[in-house]
Amino acid sequence: MAYAENNSDTLETVSTGRVEDYFALLKPRVMSLVVFTGFVGLLVAPGGVHPVIGFVAILCIAIGAGASGALNMWYDADIDRVMSRTMNRPIPSGRIAPGEALGFGMTLSVFSVAILGLATNWLAAGLLAFTIFFYAVVYTMWLKRSTSQNIVIGGAAGAFPPMIGWAAVTGSVSLDALILFMIIFLWTPPHFWALALYKKGDYEAAGIPMLPNVAGERVTQNQIVIYTVLLTITGFGPVLTGLVGWFYAIPAAVLGVVFSVLAVRLRFSQGAEMKRRARVVFTYSLSYLFVLFVALLADVGLIRWFGGVS
Amino acid sequence: MTNDNKVLTEQEQDFIKRRRRRSIAIAVVLAALVVIFYAITVVKLGPEIMVRDL
Repeated sequence: MAYAENNSDTLETVSTGRVEDYFALLKPRVMSLVVFTGFVGLLVAPGGVHPVIGFVAILCIAIGAGASGALNMWYDADIDRVMSRTMNRPIPSGRIAPGEALGFGMTLSVFSVAILGLATNWLAAGLLAFTIFFYAVVYTMWLKRSTSQNIVIGGAAGAFPPMIGWAAVTGSVSLDALILFMIIFLWTPPHFWALALYKKGDYEAAGIPMLPNVAGERVTQNQIVIYTVLLTITGFGPVLTGLVGWFYAIPAAVLGVVFSVLAVRLRFSQGAEMKRRARVVFTYSLSYLFVLFVALLADVGLIRWFGGVS
Repeated sequence: MTNDNKVLTEQEQDFIKRRRRRSIAIAVVLAALVVIFYAITVVKLGPEIMVRDL
Protein backbone atom coordinates (compact mmCIF):
# COMPACT_ATOMS: atom_id res chain seq x y z
CA MET A 1 0.00 0.00 0.00
CA ALA A 2 1.51 3.23 -1.15
CA TYR A 3 0.28 5.37 1.66
CA ALA A 4 1.80 3.05 4.23
CA GLU A 5 5.23 3.93 2.87
CA ASN A 6 4.62 7.64 3.06
CA ASN A 7 6.15 9.55 5.86
CA SER A 8 4.53 12.66 7.25
CA ASP A 9 6.47 14.94 4.88
CA THR A 10 4.96 13.51 1.74
CA LEU A 11 1.51 13.57 3.31
CA GLU A 12 1.71 17.34 3.22
CA THR A 13 1.77 17.38 -0.59
CA VAL A 14 -1.92 16.50 -0.54
CA SER A 15 -4.50 18.49 1.38
CA THR A 16 -4.78 17.66 5.05
CA GLY A 17 -7.96 19.67 5.56
CA ARG A 18 -11.20 18.29 6.85
CA VAL A 19 -14.45 18.78 4.96
CA GLU A 20 -15.53 21.08 7.80
CA ASP A 21 -12.48 23.28 7.17
CA TYR A 22 -13.47 23.82 3.56
CA PHE A 23 -16.98 24.59 4.69
CA ALA A 24 -15.60 27.13 7.17
CA LEU A 25 -13.78 28.86 4.28
CA LEU A 26 -17.22 29.74 2.89
CA LYS A 27 -18.03 31.81 6.01
CA PRO A 28 -21.34 30.00 6.62
CA ARG A 29 -22.68 32.65 9.01
CA VAL A 30 -22.23 35.45 6.49
CA MET A 31 -23.61 33.10 3.87
CA SER A 32 -26.81 32.53 5.85
CA LEU A 33 -27.53 36.27 5.83
CA VAL A 34 -26.73 36.46 2.10
CA VAL A 35 -29.02 33.51 1.36
CA PHE A 36 -31.80 35.10 3.36
CA THR A 37 -31.60 38.59 1.83
CA GLY A 38 -31.07 37.15 -1.67
CA PHE A 39 -34.09 34.90 -1.15
CA VAL A 40 -36.26 37.85 -0.11
CA GLY A 41 -35.10 39.84 -3.15
CA LEU A 42 -36.01 36.91 -5.36
CA LEU A 43 -39.45 36.45 -3.82
CA VAL A 44 -40.57 40.10 -3.69
CA ALA A 45 -39.52 40.76 -7.30
CA PRO A 46 -42.51 41.01 -9.63
CA GLY A 47 -43.17 38.17 -12.04
CA GLY A 48 -42.13 35.18 -10.04
CA VAL A 49 -39.78 32.40 -11.01
CA HIS A 50 -39.92 28.61 -11.37
CA PRO A 51 -39.03 27.06 -7.98
CA VAL A 52 -36.15 25.04 -9.47
CA ILE A 53 -34.63 28.11 -11.13
CA GLY A 54 -35.19 30.11 -7.92
CA PHE A 55 -33.43 27.44 -5.88
CA VAL A 56 -30.49 27.33 -8.27
CA ALA A 57 -30.25 31.14 -8.22
CA ILE A 58 -30.11 31.21 -4.41
CA LEU A 59 -27.58 28.37 -4.40
CA CYS A 60 -25.37 30.28 -6.86
CA ILE A 61 -25.60 33.49 -4.82
CA ALA A 62 -24.69 31.51 -1.68
CA ILE A 63 -21.74 29.73 -3.32
CA GLY A 64 -20.56 32.97 -4.91
CA ALA A 65 -20.65 34.67 -1.50
CA GLY A 66 -18.87 31.67 0.01
CA ALA A 67 -16.22 31.84 -2.71
CA SER A 68 -15.51 35.49 -1.92
CA GLY A 69 -15.24 34.46 1.76
CA ALA A 70 -12.59 31.88 0.84
CA LEU A 71 -10.68 34.45 -1.22
CA ASN A 72 -10.93 36.88 1.70
CA MET A 73 -9.49 34.27 4.10
CA TRP A 74 -6.71 33.47 1.64
CA TYR A 75 -5.63 37.09 1.44
CA ASP A 76 -6.24 37.95 5.09
CA ALA A 77 -4.52 34.95 6.67
CA ASP A 78 -1.74 37.19 8.02
CA ILE A 79 -4.06 39.49 9.96
CA ASP A 80 -6.51 36.72 10.89
CA ARG A 81 -3.60 35.13 12.75
CA VAL A 82 -3.42 38.15 15.06
CA MET A 83 -7.07 38.66 15.98
CA SER A 84 -8.77 36.53 18.65
CA ARG A 85 -11.99 36.44 16.63
CA THR A 86 -10.30 34.94 13.56
CA MET A 87 -7.18 33.07 14.71
CA ASN A 88 -8.95 29.70 14.60
CA ARG A 89 -9.91 30.04 10.93
CA PRO A 90 -8.67 27.18 8.70
CA ILE A 91 -5.61 28.95 7.24
CA PRO A 92 -4.17 30.68 10.35
CA SER A 93 -4.62 27.45 12.32
CA GLY A 94 -2.69 25.54 9.62
CA ARG A 95 -5.44 23.11 8.63
CA ILE A 96 -5.68 24.40 5.06
CA ALA A 97 -2.84 25.74 2.92
CA PRO A 98 -3.28 29.27 1.49
CA GLY A 99 -3.05 28.00 -2.10
CA GLU A 100 -5.87 25.56 -1.51
CA ALA A 101 -8.15 28.33 -0.27
CA LEU A 102 -7.27 30.43 -3.33
CA GLY A 103 -8.01 27.56 -5.73
CA PHE A 104 -11.18 26.67 -3.86
CA GLY A 105 -12.42 30.28 -3.96
CA MET A 106 -11.57 30.81 -7.64
CA THR A 107 -13.20 27.54 -8.72
CA LEU A 108 -16.40 28.23 -6.83
CA SER A 109 -16.49 31.82 -8.15
CA VAL A 110 -16.32 30.71 -11.77
CA PHE A 111 -18.85 27.91 -11.33
CA SER A 112 -21.39 29.98 -9.37
CA VAL A 113 -21.31 32.86 -11.87
CA ALA A 114 -21.47 30.56 -14.93
CA ILE A 115 -24.35 28.47 -13.57
CA LEU A 116 -26.31 31.55 -12.45
CA GLY A 117 -25.91 33.02 -15.93
CA LEU A 118 -27.01 29.83 -17.66
CA ALA A 119 -29.95 29.23 -15.32
CA THR A 120 -31.28 32.80 -15.08
CA ASN A 121 -29.70 35.68 -17.00
CA TRP A 122 -26.34 37.35 -17.45
CA LEU A 123 -27.30 40.56 -15.65
CA ALA A 124 -27.74 38.57 -12.43
CA ALA A 125 -24.54 36.63 -13.16
CA GLY A 126 -22.67 39.86 -13.89
CA LEU A 127 -23.85 41.36 -10.59
CA LEU A 128 -22.70 38.24 -8.76
CA ALA A 129 -19.29 38.39 -10.46
CA PHE A 130 -19.02 42.06 -9.56
CA THR A 131 -19.98 41.30 -5.94
CA ILE A 132 -17.24 38.66 -5.64
CA PHE A 133 -14.72 41.03 -7.25
CA PHE A 134 -15.83 43.89 -5.02
CA TYR A 135 -15.53 41.87 -1.80
CA ALA A 136 -12.32 40.01 -2.64
CA VAL A 137 -10.39 42.73 -4.45
CA VAL A 138 -11.86 46.16 -3.69
CA TYR A 139 -12.70 45.49 -0.03
CA THR A 140 -10.25 42.80 1.11
CA MET A 141 -7.13 43.69 -0.86
CA TRP A 142 -7.51 47.42 -1.07
CA LEU A 143 -9.90 49.23 1.30
CA LYS A 144 -9.78 47.06 4.43
CA ARG A 145 -6.18 47.89 5.26
CA SER A 146 -6.02 51.40 3.88
CA THR A 147 -9.03 53.46 4.99
CA SER A 148 -11.32 53.82 7.99
CA GLN A 149 -14.20 53.99 5.50
CA ASN A 150 -13.37 50.36 4.60
CA ILE A 151 -16.63 48.80 5.70
CA VAL A 152 -18.78 51.67 4.42
CA ILE A 153 -17.72 51.10 0.82
CA GLY A 154 -17.07 47.38 1.29
CA GLY A 155 -20.59 47.06 2.63
CA ALA A 156 -21.79 47.34 -0.96
CA ALA A 157 -20.65 43.75 -1.49
CA GLY A 158 -23.00 42.53 1.23
CA ALA A 159 -25.81 44.71 -0.13
CA PHE A 160 -25.88 43.15 -3.60
CA PRO A 161 -27.57 39.77 -2.87
CA PRO A 162 -31.20 41.00 -2.82
CA MET A 163 -30.48 42.92 -6.02
CA ILE A 164 -29.05 39.78 -7.62
CA GLY A 165 -32.13 37.83 -6.52
CA TRP A 166 -34.32 40.55 -8.02
CA ALA A 167 -32.32 40.59 -11.26
CA ALA A 168 -32.47 36.79 -11.50
CA VAL A 169 -36.29 37.03 -11.66
CA THR A 170 -36.85 40.22 -13.65
CA GLY A 171 -33.71 40.47 -15.76
CA SER A 172 -33.43 44.11 -14.71
CA VAL A 173 -32.66 46.34 -11.76
CA SER A 174 -35.44 48.69 -10.63
CA LEU A 175 -35.77 51.39 -7.97
CA ASP A 176 -37.11 48.80 -5.51
CA ALA A 177 -34.02 46.64 -6.01
CA LEU A 178 -31.89 49.72 -5.43
CA ILE A 179 -33.75 50.49 -2.18
CA LEU A 180 -33.15 46.94 -0.89
CA PHE A 181 -29.49 47.48 -1.74
CA MET A 182 -29.45 50.82 0.11
CA ILE A 183 -31.05 49.32 3.23
CA ILE A 184 -28.24 46.78 3.66
CA PHE A 185 -25.63 49.31 2.53
CA LEU A 186 -26.65 51.77 5.27
CA TRP A 187 -27.08 48.96 7.80
CA THR A 188 -23.49 47.73 7.45
CA PRO A 189 -21.59 50.66 9.06
CA PRO A 190 -23.51 50.74 12.39
CA HIS A 191 -23.37 46.94 12.49
CA PHE A 192 -19.59 46.66 12.06
CA TRP A 193 -18.64 49.84 13.91
CA ALA A 194 -20.51 48.52 16.96
CA LEU A 195 -18.37 45.40 16.67
CA ALA A 196 -15.24 47.49 16.16
CA LEU A 197 -16.04 49.51 19.31
CA TYR A 198 -15.88 46.50 21.60
CA LYS A 199 -13.19 44.66 19.61
CA LYS A 200 -11.05 47.75 19.20
CA GLY A 201 -7.93 46.14 20.66
CA ASP A 202 -8.10 43.29 18.15
CA TYR A 203 -8.17 45.54 15.12
CA GLU A 204 -5.41 47.67 16.57
CA ALA A 205 -3.18 44.60 17.04
CA ALA A 206 -3.82 43.58 13.42
CA GLY A 207 -3.19 47.11 12.15
CA ILE A 208 -6.59 47.44 10.47
CA PRO A 209 -7.71 51.08 10.33
CA MET A 210 -11.22 50.66 11.73
CA LEU A 211 -12.98 53.93 12.52
CA PRO A 212 -12.71 53.68 16.37
CA ASN A 213 -8.95 53.14 16.08
CA VAL A 214 -8.35 55.92 13.56
CA ALA A 215 -10.90 58.61 14.39
CA GLY A 216 -11.74 57.70 17.97
CA GLU A 217 -14.75 56.35 19.81
CA ARG A 218 -16.72 59.60 19.87
CA VAL A 219 -16.59 60.01 16.08
CA THR A 220 -17.62 56.37 15.66
CA GLN A 221 -20.54 56.78 18.06
CA ASN A 222 -21.71 59.85 16.12
CA GLN A 223 -21.39 58.05 12.79
CA ILE A 224 -23.40 55.09 14.12
CA VAL A 225 -26.22 57.47 15.05
CA ILE A 226 -26.15 59.17 11.62
CA TYR A 227 -26.21 55.90 9.67
CA THR A 228 -28.90 54.42 11.92
CA VAL A 229 -31.20 57.41 11.33
CA LEU A 230 -30.53 57.29 7.57
CA LEU A 231 -31.25 53.55 7.65
CA THR A 232 -34.53 54.09 9.49
CA ILE A 233 -35.64 56.61 6.85
CA THR A 234 -34.52 54.43 3.94
CA GLY A 235 -36.41 51.56 5.57
CA PHE A 236 -39.60 53.32 4.45
CA GLY A 237 -38.47 53.37 0.81
CA PRO A 238 -40.37 50.22 -0.20
CA VAL A 239 -43.57 51.80 1.20
CA LEU A 240 -43.12 54.96 -0.88
CA THR A 241 -42.58 53.02 -4.11
CA GLY A 242 -45.70 50.99 -3.40
CA LEU A 243 -43.83 47.66 -3.16
CA VAL A 244 -45.33 47.08 0.30
CA GLY A 245 -47.98 48.56 2.60
CA TRP A 246 -48.74 49.04 6.29
CA PHE A 247 -48.02 45.48 7.25
CA TYR A 248 -44.38 46.32 6.52
CA ALA A 249 -44.42 50.00 7.46
CA ILE A 250 -45.39 49.46 11.12
CA PRO A 251 -42.65 46.94 11.99
CA ALA A 252 -40.18 49.03 9.94
CA ALA A 253 -41.03 52.09 12.06
CA VAL A 254 -40.77 50.24 15.37
CA LEU A 255 -37.52 48.50 14.37
CA GLY A 256 -35.99 51.76 13.16
CA VAL A 257 -36.97 53.78 16.22
CA VAL A 258 -35.59 51.10 18.58
CA PHE A 259 -32.36 50.94 16.56
CA SER A 260 -32.03 54.74 16.69
CA VAL A 261 -32.67 54.83 20.45
CA LEU A 262 -30.02 52.14 21.03
CA ALA A 263 -27.59 54.08 18.83
CA VAL A 264 -28.24 57.33 20.74
CA ARG A 265 -27.82 55.54 24.08
CA LEU A 266 -24.52 54.17 22.80
CA ARG A 267 -23.53 57.69 21.82
CA PHE A 268 -23.92 58.95 25.42
CA SER A 269 -21.94 56.18 27.11
CA GLN A 270 -18.29 55.42 27.66
CA GLY A 271 -15.86 52.91 29.10
CA ALA A 272 -17.21 49.48 30.05
CA GLU A 273 -20.80 50.70 29.70
CA MET A 274 -20.01 51.79 26.13
CA LYS A 275 -18.65 48.34 25.26
CA ARG A 276 -21.74 46.70 26.70
CA ARG A 277 -24.04 48.95 24.70
CA ALA A 278 -21.96 48.48 21.54
CA ARG A 279 -22.50 44.75 21.94
CA VAL A 280 -26.25 45.35 22.27
CA VAL A 281 -26.28 47.45 19.09
CA PHE A 282 -24.31 44.76 17.23
CA THR A 283 -26.68 41.98 18.28
CA TYR A 284 -29.78 44.09 17.69
CA SER A 285 -28.62 45.08 14.20
CA LEU A 286 -28.74 41.43 13.14
CA SER A 287 -32.32 41.04 14.42
CA TYR A 288 -33.23 44.35 12.79
CA LEU A 289 -32.24 43.24 9.31
CA PHE A 290 -33.77 39.81 9.74
CA VAL A 291 -37.15 41.03 11.00
CA LEU A 292 -37.28 43.88 8.46
CA PHE A 293 -36.85 41.47 5.57
CA VAL A 294 -39.33 39.01 7.06
CA ALA A 295 -41.85 41.88 7.25
CA LEU A 296 -41.08 42.78 3.63
CA LEU A 297 -41.69 39.21 2.56
CA ALA A 298 -44.87 38.91 4.65
CA ASP A 299 -46.32 42.13 3.24
CA VAL A 300 -45.59 41.21 -0.38
CA GLY A 301 -47.10 37.78 0.34
CA LEU A 302 -50.27 39.38 1.73
CA ILE A 303 -50.60 41.71 -1.28
CA ARG A 304 -50.07 38.88 -3.73
CA TRP A 305 -52.30 36.23 -2.21
CA PHE A 306 -54.98 38.22 -0.42
CA GLY A 307 -55.00 41.47 -2.33
CA GLY A 308 -53.24 43.29 0.50
CA VAL A 309 -54.26 44.77 3.83
CA SER A 310 -53.30 48.33 3.04
CA MET B 1 5.37 -5.49 -0.75
CA THR B 2 7.18 -5.65 2.52
CA ASN B 3 5.38 -2.67 3.93
CA ASP B 4 1.90 -4.16 3.72
CA ASN B 5 1.84 -5.11 7.32
CA LYS B 6 3.26 -1.89 8.60
CA VAL B 7 1.03 -0.44 11.25
CA LEU B 8 -0.14 3.01 10.30
CA THR B 9 0.59 5.79 12.69
CA GLU B 10 -2.30 7.64 14.20
CA GLN B 11 -1.45 10.65 12.05
CA GLU B 12 -1.58 8.57 8.86
CA GLN B 13 -4.87 6.99 9.82
CA ASP B 14 -6.28 10.41 10.51
CA PHE B 15 -5.00 11.65 7.15
CA ILE B 16 -6.63 8.76 5.32
CA LYS B 17 -9.89 9.33 7.15
CA ARG B 18 -9.87 13.01 6.17
CA ARG B 19 -9.03 12.21 2.56
CA ARG B 20 -11.87 9.70 2.43
CA ARG B 21 -14.34 12.25 3.77
CA ARG B 22 -13.10 14.84 1.25
CA SER B 23 -13.57 12.35 -1.57
CA ILE B 24 -17.12 11.63 -0.42
CA ALA B 25 -17.87 15.36 -0.23
CA ILE B 26 -16.59 15.87 -3.79
CA ALA B 27 -18.70 12.93 -5.00
CA VAL B 28 -21.79 14.42 -3.36
CA VAL B 29 -21.12 17.82 -4.97
CA LEU B 30 -20.64 16.26 -8.41
CA ALA B 31 -23.83 14.24 -8.07
CA ALA B 32 -25.69 17.39 -7.00
CA LEU B 33 -24.35 19.22 -10.08
CA VAL B 34 -25.66 16.44 -12.33
CA VAL B 35 -29.11 16.72 -10.74
CA ILE B 36 -29.05 20.54 -10.96
CA PHE B 37 -28.07 20.61 -14.64
CA TYR B 38 -30.69 17.99 -15.43
CA ALA B 39 -33.38 19.92 -13.56
CA ILE B 40 -32.42 23.26 -15.18
CA THR B 41 -32.52 21.67 -18.62
CA VAL B 42 -35.96 20.18 -18.09
CA VAL B 43 -37.37 23.39 -16.60
CA LYS B 44 -35.91 25.71 -19.24
CA LEU B 45 -36.72 23.58 -22.25
CA GLY B 46 -39.81 21.78 -20.96
CA PRO B 47 -41.55 19.66 -23.58
CA GLU B 48 -39.39 21.37 -26.21
CA ILE B 49 -36.64 19.06 -25.06
CA MET B 50 -38.15 16.45 -27.39
CA VAL B 51 -38.37 18.79 -30.36
CA ARG B 52 -35.18 18.78 -32.36
CA ASP B 53 -34.20 18.72 -35.98
CA LEU B 54 -32.42 15.56 -36.91
